[in-house]
Amino acid sequence: MAVAAAVVLVTGVALALLWAPEDADQGPSQRIFYLHVPIALTAYACFGWGAWKALRLLWTGDQRYDLESYTAVHMGTIFGTLTLVTGSIWARTSWGVWWSWGERQLVLFLILFLFYAAYFMLRFSLPDGPGRARISAVYALFGVVLIPISFLAIRLAENFIHPVVFTRDGPQMSGDMFFTFCVSLAGMLLLAGTLYLNELAGKRLDLRLRDLRESLELG
Amino acid sequence: MSSGEKYLAAVYLVVLATVLVYVAIISAKLARLEREVTELAERARERRG
Amino acid sequence: MTYARDVAALARKDLLLELRARETLPAMLLFVLATLVAFRFALPADASERASVGLLWVAILFTALLGITRAFIPEREQHVLDGLVLAPVDRSAIWLGKVVATLAFLAAAEVVALPAFGLFFEQVTWSTVAAVALADVGICAVGAILAAMAAAGRARELLFPVLFLPLSVPILVGGVGAAVGDDPARYLAFLALYDGVFAILAWASFEYVVTE
Repeated sequence: MAVAAAVVLVTGVALALLWAPEDADQGPSQRIFYLHVPIALTAYACFGWGAWKALRLLWTGDQRYDLESYTAVHMGTIFGTLTLVTGSIWARTSWGVWWSWGERQLVLFLILFLFYAAYFMLRFSLPDGPGRARISAVYALFGVVLIPISFLAIRLAENFIHPVVFTRDGPQMSGDMFFTFCVSLAGMLLLAGTLYLNELAGKRLDLRLRDLRESLELG
Repeated sequence: MSSGEKYLAAVYLVVLATVLVYVAIISAKLARLEREVTELAERARERRG
Repeated sequence: MTYARDVAALARKDLLLELRARETLPAMLLFVLATLVAFRFALPADASERASVGLLWVAILFTALLGITRAFIPEREQHVLDGLVLAPVDRSAIWLGKVVATLAFLAAAEVVALPAFGLFFEQVTWSTVAAVALADVGICAVGAILAAMAAAGRARELLFPVLFLPLSVPILVGGVGAAVGDDPARYLAFLALYDGVFAILAWASFEYVVTE
């Protein structure tokens, strides 16, 4: 998976930088699109995956889903933070400000960032055990429900906070652009998958070592 | 280099830097786990000996 | 029907405790009045009247935070929750009882807050009253389950606002939109949607939060 991620990601970057046609309006900065949007979609995928694992945990009561859900949310938060940073740079190139309340995705990711930062606070404040696993899982489920609700809220809020003066998808994407975008997205998803598996292995190892230490000290 | 290109480079650098920082964190964690394994193995050997 | 009776009994327990101890409600009333007065001085004289609606919503939200934060702490501290979980009631009834009780506190605080807002700032419109009523349901539904989560942890009072505020952004949008938007019905419908979605989610998932 790591090899596949590397190959597809590098192909995606190469296509985005060298092959995809230059956007007539926005020039080279349009190429940020091939990085920013796949990262954002990957973050959603991670949050969704985390919620799915949370649902499985509540359903089956199998404790191994707890770590999987936590790791997925962890990855989602990393990609979400990257979305905020790259989105901020995009806002700077497109309309000259580092932050714009008119940019729906960015505002949504800010809310999600706050929400999932609270997830970590909640997790670290609870005592270890199945109770923590269940409460974290319920909170992770609230997250995926909050995503569409917040998106709707942000659209409604634009009517009185910030009038929309620009739309991202003005000119339709050409076929070449769409192909490049898909390769980039696949690469980013593979990267997230690889990191997820690595992180999961590391966290599992950590827990097993702790168990081992305890049994050595007790025995 | 136009300003658009500069920002494009900045985005790629940010992503690259994040991945590198992540790799650094993971390798630090790996080093810590390795140290712990060594220590535990040592202890297990003492107990047997 | 036993379900409704359980909920009513649990809600009555909270209200009776409050009537005897008089801890939460006076604090909420004073807090909301003090906040409104403080906001009067936070607004420059030439600020638009529309800005004050936002302040009303912030005041309501913070008052709700104050009231709901402590909702589950006595339960955890005196191990009432353990007894309730063992009792032959559906666990979601515990949540619903808490929602009803906090809703009563919040509504009582708003009965004072809305006229005070009308007196200090500007007249409250009917769409705002409707929005407040709808928002209260959402605030209490989400607040009750998050308070139960936060009470299980170490940070407790600190944790609850951090958990709650990101989830309350849509409520603020709906509430402020109903007051200043062109088409209040859309925002009221949005608040009703929020209430419905999160009430179902909280109702269905509450038992996992309190099971030990």
